[in-house]
Amino acid sequence: MSVHEPVSAPRAATAGPVPGAGGPGRRRELSPRARIVLLSLAVLVATACFLLLFVRGSFDFAFPRRATMLGAMVVAAFAQGVGTVVFHTVTQNRILTPSIMGFDSMYVLMQTLLVATFGGSVLARTDGTAKLLVQTALMVALATVLYRWLFSGRFGSLYLLLLVGVVIGMAFDSLSTFVQRLLDPTDYDMLSVRLFGRLSTVDATHLPLAFAVCAAVAVVLWRRRHTLDALLLGRQMATSIGVDHKRELTLMLVLIALLVAFSTALVGPMTFYGFLVATLAYQVAGSYRHEHVMPVAFLLGLLTLVGGQFVMQHIFYAGGFLTVVIEFVGGLLFLYLLLRKGKL
Amino acid sequence: MIQLTDVTKSYDETRVLGPVTDAIPRGGITALVGPNGAGKSTLLTIIGRLLEPTSGSVSVGGMDVQHTRSAELATMLSILRQENHVTARLRVRELVAFGRYPHSKGRLTENCRAAVADAMDFLNLGEYADRFLDQLSGGQRQRAYVAMVLAQDTDYILLDEPLNNLDMKHSVLMMQQLRRAADELGKTIVVVLHDLNFAAAYADRIIALRDGEIRHSGTVEEIMRDDVLTDAFDTPVRVHDIDGQLTAVYALAAAPGAAAGARGREGANGIGLREPALP
Repeated sequence: MSVHEPVSAPRAATAGPVPGAGGPGRRRELSPRARIVLLSLAVLVATACFLLLFVRGSFDFAFPRRATMLGAMVVAAFAQGVGTVVFHTVTQNRILTPSIMGFDSMYVLMQTLLVATFGGSVLARTDGTAKLLVQTALMVALATVLYRWLFSGRFGSLYLLLLVGVVIGMAFDSLSTFVQRLLDPTDYDMLSVRLFGRLSTVDATHLPLAFAVCAAVAVVLWRRRHTLDALLLGRQMATSIGVDHKRELTLMLVLIALLVAFSTALVGPMTFYGFLVATLAYQVAGSYRHEHVMPVAFLLGLLTLVGGQFVMQHIFYAGGFLTVVIEFVGGLLFLYLLLRKGKL
Repeated sequence: MIQLTDVTKSYDETRVLGPVTDAIPRGGITALVGPNGAGKSTLLTIIGRLLEPTSGSVSVGGMDVQHTRSAELATMLSILRQENHVTARLRVRELVAFGRYPHSKGRLTENCRAAVADAMDFLNLGEYADRFLDQLSGGQRQRAYVAMVLAQDTDYILLDEPLNNLDMKHSVLMMQQLRRAADELGKTIVVVLHDLNFAAAYADRIIALRDGEIRHSGTVEEIMRDDVLTDAFDTPVRVHDIDGQLTAVYALAAAPGAAAGARGREGANGIGLREPALP
């Protein structure tokens, strides 16, 4: 360690090595824009492979099915990838994700309670956009109230918060399981169709609405990308530079709850996928700015799903297991980061 | 001017601050001093609208801080707390650029870039501009945060213990730089300091708090007196004039008039404090 910490600029050259310096020499790095372009190309190639290759039998049969699946992947990648990045930003950490904090367990519980209260036929009888919107609104309202309370700063330690989140998620899950036991088999059957969305069995009717919601959220997030950057500084510094922290936190939690609700409805709960994608995005984006990190998270999420599904389906002949593999890898990464860094 | 009117802060039943009524004039450096738990940081964060007072009101430059939009206040008032944690990995230049957010909303103009460069120069951070914050020493990081606050270019600057983590040399440099900011840029700076002698050397006014109340408020000469400081810190303190510089030390023996026994170590707090020989 050098005792001379260069303070006056002119003498800096003679002041010797600076403590903690990683060396000022900067490697030639791809600009964030170039990275986004490259990633987009990779996604395009993967998408083309996924849609067009290895079609056995009728193309007219396979293509619409694959296109539906692709649509669900786009929604999941956006909702989980971008949702997790925004969640990380507003909650000032890079460990917790909406899924780990029980957002999607809450969605499952709400659906279950709905069926338990009104019977399974309510799903069929009242199906349509209006009901979906009401359900989603309810879920968003509850999640926002609960999580805004959690993140209001009363839990000093991140680990306590993580614990509370995991316990809340488990409590929601157990409650759902309990209520599901009480349902009669027909109701349960109708419910489970809603809950256990899988990439390969996506209900196409909700896709247009999901797209619309994602697009609307994307517009809001893009317009607020600089505000999101400022939120990285934490509540106090963000307030000091003029960000209305409480309002932004609430708004972002509303948007995240929206995204999670749609993602869960379409492809089912995925605990570590968002975490995996967001963590990779921070490494790949080469910039802290949300205008770079958010697109990269979305593209990486899509690449993971589309590329993964293609490989799993046509090389390992195990198309249904993609989410399992992603969860496995994501979970390992989560443990690794938690154990290695101790904090993020 | 910063006007405090009957400001109080309570947690549950415990009142930690106030009622406090005082006015901090425009211009110059005002130091908040006092023992631990006196309410210095609480008062500063309330002025900086990071904490809501239980009652009372604060106005800065004529704006009520509780009811003015945060974005509007941010062009007038900036505050830096002791503990700062940024989730993302930022370079110094990027951190300092955040100071321009109230003016540019994230889209830096030429003016902004110039202000960022000036702020970094002002704190001699030029050569660290492209370093990541986690590659800096505690003192360098502290200067980066202060540079961010300067880049914000507000008339009022509130700093919570900016000398934390700084050794004597860098404490002196920091205070000199704040002094320059007050003198050359005409800023009004309110700063929480632990070291009375830094306050005496660099501030224009001192506000001494104790038990959540303002016990004494005045110019350096008015506050740097034996009786005033002894009362404010609830500890026998003696003030010496060393080469024209008022210097406070805690008195080993409290016997009044025991001039020969007035020895002490530098600083208002530290080890070696002996109980006063009072009943």
